[in-house]
Amino acid sequence: MTEIAFKKKQRSEGKLTSWLLSNSPGSVFQARCQRAYIAWMAFRANPIAMAGLLIILSLLFVALFAPLITESDGTPRDLANRLSAPSGDHWFGTDELGRDIFERIIWGSRITLYIVGLVTVIVVPIGLAIGTIAGFLGGWVDNILMRITDIFLAFPRLILALAFVSALGPGLENAVLAIALTTWSPFARIARAETLTIRNSEHIMAAQIQGASTTRILLSHIVPLCLSSVIVRLTLDMAGIILTAAGLGFLGLGAQPPLPEWGAMISTGRQYLLDQWWVPTVPGIAILVVSMGFNLLGDGLRDVLDPRSGDGK
Amino acid sequence: MLKITRRHLLATSLALALAAPAMDANLASAETPPDMLVMAKNIGDIITMDPAEVFEFTAGEVIANVYDRVMMFELEDLTTLVGGVTENADISEDGKTITLKIRSGQTFHSGNPLRAEDVAFSLQRVIKLNKTPVFIFTQFGWNLDNVDSMVVATDESTVKLTIDAEISPGLVLNALSAGVGSVVDKELVLSHEVDSDLGYAWLRTNSAGSGPYQLKTYKANELVMLESNPNYRHGAPAIKRVILRHVPEPSAQRLLIEKGDADMVRNLTPDQIKGLAGNNDVTVNNYPKAGLIYLASNDLHPFLSHPKVREALRYVIDYEGMANSFLEGQYQIHQAFWPAGLWGALEEKPFNFDMAKAMSLLTEAGYAGGENLTIDTLNQSPFQEIAQVIQQNLSQLGIETEIILSEGKTLWPKYRARKHELIIARWSPDYVDPHSNADAFADNPDNRAEAKLTGKLAWRTGWFDPDINAITAQAARELDLGQREKLYKDLQRKVQRVGPFSIMFQHNEQVALRNNIKGFVSGSNFDLVFYRTVTKE
Amino acid sequence: MSDEAKSEEMGRSRRFSPFSSRALKRIGNFLFTVSLTFIGLTAITFIIGRVMPADPVLAIVGDRAPQEVYDATWLALGLDKPLLQQYGIYIWNTLQGDLGTSIMTARPVLQDLIHFFPATLELATVATLAGIFIGVPMGVFAAVHQGSLGDHIVRIIGLFGYSVPIFWLGMVALLVFYAKLSWLPGPGRIEVYYDGIVEPVTRFILLDAALQGEWEIFKNALAHLVLPASMLATFALAYIARMTRSFMLDQLNQEYVLTARVKGLSEFSVIWRHAFRNVLVQLITIIGLTYASLLEGSVLTETVFAWPGIGQYITNSLFNADMNAVIGGTIVVGFCFVGINMLSDALYRFVDPRARG
Repeated sequence: MTEIAFKKKQRSEGKLTSWLLSNSPGSVFQARCQRAYIAWMAFRANPIAMAGLLIILSLLFVALFAPLITESDGTPRDLANRLSAPSGDHWFGTDELGRDIFERIIWGSRITLYIVGLVTVIVVPIGLAIGTIAGFLGGWVDNILMRITDIFLAFPRLILALAFVSALGPGLENAVLAIALTTWSPFARIARAETLTIRNSEHIMAAQIQGASTTRILLSHIVPLCLSSVIVRLTLDMAGIILTAAGLGFLGLGAQPPLPEWGAMISTGRQYLLDQWWVPTVPGIAILVVSMGFNLLGDGLRDVLDPRSGDGK
Repeated sequence: MLKITRRHLLATSLALALAAPAMDANLASAETPPDMLVMAKNIGDIITMDPAEVFEFTAGEVIANVYDRVMMFELEDLTTLVGGVTENADISEDGKTITLKIRSGQTFHSGNPLRAEDVAFSLQRVIKLNKTPVFIFTQFGWNLDNVDSMVVATDESTVKLTIDAEISPGLVLNALSAGVGSVVDKELVLSHEVDSDLGYAWLRTNSAGSGPYQLKTYKANELVMLESNPNYRHGAPAIKRVILRHVPEPSAQRLLIEKGDADMVRNLTPDQIKGLAGNNDVTVNNYPKAGLIYLASNDLHPFLSHPKVREALRYVIDYEGMANSFLEGQYQIHQAFWPAGLWGALEEKPFNFDMAKAMSLLTEAGYAGGENLTIDTLNQSPFQEIAQVIQQNLSQLGIETEIILSEGKTLWPKYRARKHELIIARWSPDYVDPHSNADAFADNPDNRAEAKLTGKLAWRTGWFDPDINAITAQAARELDLGQREKLYKDLQRKVQRVGPFSIMFQHNEQVALRNNIKGFVSGSNFDLVFYRTVTKE
Repeated sequence: MSDEAKSEEMGRSRRFSPFSSRALKRIGNFLFTVSLTFIGLTAITFIIGRVMPADPVLAIVGDRAPQEVYDATWLALGLDKPLLQQYGIYIWNTLQGDLGTSIMTARPVLQDLIHFFPATLELATVATLAGIFIGVPMGVFAAVHQGSLGDHIVRIIGLFGYSVPIFWLGMVALLVFYAKLSWLPGPGRIEVYYDGIVEPVTRFILLDAALQGEWEIFKNALAHLVLPASMLATFALAYIARMTRSFMLDQLNQEYVLTARVKGLSEFSVIWRHAFRNVLVQLITIIGLTYASLLEGSVLTETVFAWPGIGQYITNSLFNADMNAVIGGTIVVGFCFVGINMLSDALYRFVDPRARG
């Protein structure tokens, strides 16, 4: 880099920083960017949160580039080379059908992301919809919706998930549906609580007076305000979701073979714990690391986005 | 403040550190008591202990030790059928009447004498209760209306059985050695009768027999406790109490046997058996069993119904590869429906792993690639491993398969409704006579859906072959032993080549025992297991 | 933990509730919630039982049953009646205390529940107590020494307990403490040859053995309890320590703490007599939630440790299409959930004067 270019960059950086930190933002856009930047600064200063972010980013990276990292997708078996110990050829050893555990772990990251992503896509809209509608409309609508939510809250979760999967038949998609069915209720609660606190605020009133429809108010005024607590909650729940999925896999109700889902890998590998410890241990550590990552990240996000809750300053 | 908290933390960590060794080492690995046999086994399959209903492996084994049967295989010679409670069985010229002479001086656990009346009652009870294994007796032509006249106690020590079906009397006697042939204590059972249920509700969790042991406690999914019968016909068993402890996890069983917390364990995997090699306190015994694992294709499926496709399937199975790796020591290759080592078995193995041959057979069938199928199987080892190996071989031929693992309770309804495509399942004979399996694998008199012959595997796979049916019937009624054996071998050869079943493996039970346990006997069939000769040194 | 919001939310609505005719309204509310939960739980489980591919008839008669036997059993189970009628019959019987008979155990479901539930209760209780006695001091310590190494360690432990798959940890613990070190006994609630010696009075083996002076059995049962309880306690401890820390931080930043310090009160007094007392209120809710979630969350731990508890009972029944048992078990666990929530609610009111109005 030439000296001039460097100086230019430095200047532009300085300019950007001052724009981001200026006391009197000139536009809504600038104000939003400022808020995000300050949040990011706070986040970056938190080593635990950064560790979490790093873990999740590596998970994304590994899942995205799985075909480049591994030689095969972890399904080819080599019955002659079963249960071999970790070595240069097989970093994490091989499993009971002679498959490379390292490759299976790498490909399994895609399944984990798939589960997490799909649950998010299902749970967040449902939770938001029920919670905001109940909170905004109040009255009997609120009553009915919240009673339903209460029933789901009272239901033993893992057992509901188990029952649901056995009704639909075992499989990855059904496991995801079952988990979603058992996780949406707290989100509805949060969304309702948030909605209650902002329902009577001035700008909602103003929008109402201007004749905005209920749907419009919900979508463009209330939902965005609920998002940050929902995101925090979601990140913190991710670990729970991953663990439940692994538990279902462990009981044989989640992903079906030959899919390299980590919980199912522990389940089939557990009989080798005594003599070939690596078979169930490696996927166990993988689950631990990833759910730890989500928890660290969630903790950090909460500090930044939801400063009201005092946890983890 | 700091001090306090530190003291707290210190105290708790100390408590924790102390707690562990305080649970002291001798508790962690206690020896089992000397007059007791602790056996770890998966006993989750038990539904009932009533011999007129028992059809599951574990309960079958338990009642074999609790009840003496009309006919039995004794551990001194596991291949010869002898009288149990019967002294001898007399067959009439025409083969339609069997006269049973009951041994004198036998008593039940309750102290009641065992009379001809008890024998007749026990057999009639099976028909009257009409539970699953009833089909073993209905094939004699017995039914609700006639059983009281077909099974009669003519005096204190004689029972007369009348057969009203085209069936060999040898087969009848073999069938009387099944669990339904158990003799129950009529007086005791009837004293527990509720709503004229013939004592069914009570007998599901209690026992009323005359065998070497009596059922002391049964706790579903926990344990079965048996107590010895000091007055047993062959003398009192050496072990006073036998406990079957429910341990579903093979890995947990492995730990228990190594630690000496169990005297024997029954469900170790081949890999765990290998892992035991270094342990000098544990011996592994082998017992060839009659259980089979097979792959079946649904004949109602347009692609799978082609004879060449069915044949091709037999060549995509890597018999050797599996038998020498994850099945090693516990399953051997067997390709006919009647298990090796038993009378009438066919031990030829015409098929081997040959992908080229499979491909050419598929081509002959007009297959052009790109078929999608499902493989249903049980969600346990080794079924899921076998399914994955077959899945991969099929995919090399361009046949993509999806594996569906389920519990038996979910898998069987699908199979019985003929909704599967490929299925990997197991089978074990109901009694030691080739007809037991021929009836399942070969016979299908009515292939219509509404016939609902759900007990027969041939019907479940939608496979119908009138010639095969004819041979099955002929073999069942043949009186000459040599001729009968030949008919069964022919039948097996035919089914092997044209049927929808690829029989793959036969079970070999590996039982791990502590070295001080001797005298355990396990015969070919699931209920030929004897506890009474076990000793503990 | 997913129930934080729930407790927050409960707290909020509580404070807004009017003081007058409070008790009456609360009783009405309680009854309403209980009956609604009952109907909801049973209805959902009932429907699930209906659409399940596992066949209850086959669970009884076995795979090889002839069709006549199958049909007879189908009728005997009343499966020919319309679904709504079946449900009605079930509810009617349940209200009379008859939960039906389990297919698997051939016993009345109620009797099974009385048999299996105490095992889970014992496990969850010990785990929760361990979680409280270790988690609370840990949380307080971390809050007082915010930012110190100790604080970070507490946070990491907390996050670990949250993130680790308990069933996997249980396996590893069995391997280490039972197989390798021989410190602790293996799976199960008690050595089988001790079975049936202690008369089941309370059905908590520890209590029964102690009451009857069977110390050998007491020791054995206690030793068996250590590992599975530690696994559940890992989770309880993590959650309790984490919440304690965060509640304490809130309090320590309040002005009254500063005032107390300025007045020259000892640190001990400031932390335990003042700050902690205010935290106690919130902690009760958290502990209640932990306890409730351990009651149902023990399914996997019970599987790994062959613990004959209600989690295993429900799971096994589910696999065996034994729906009477599943519904019965679900009702019990569901009611514990509701009950514990109500109880911690009542305690909350009792301890916190503000909530009383």
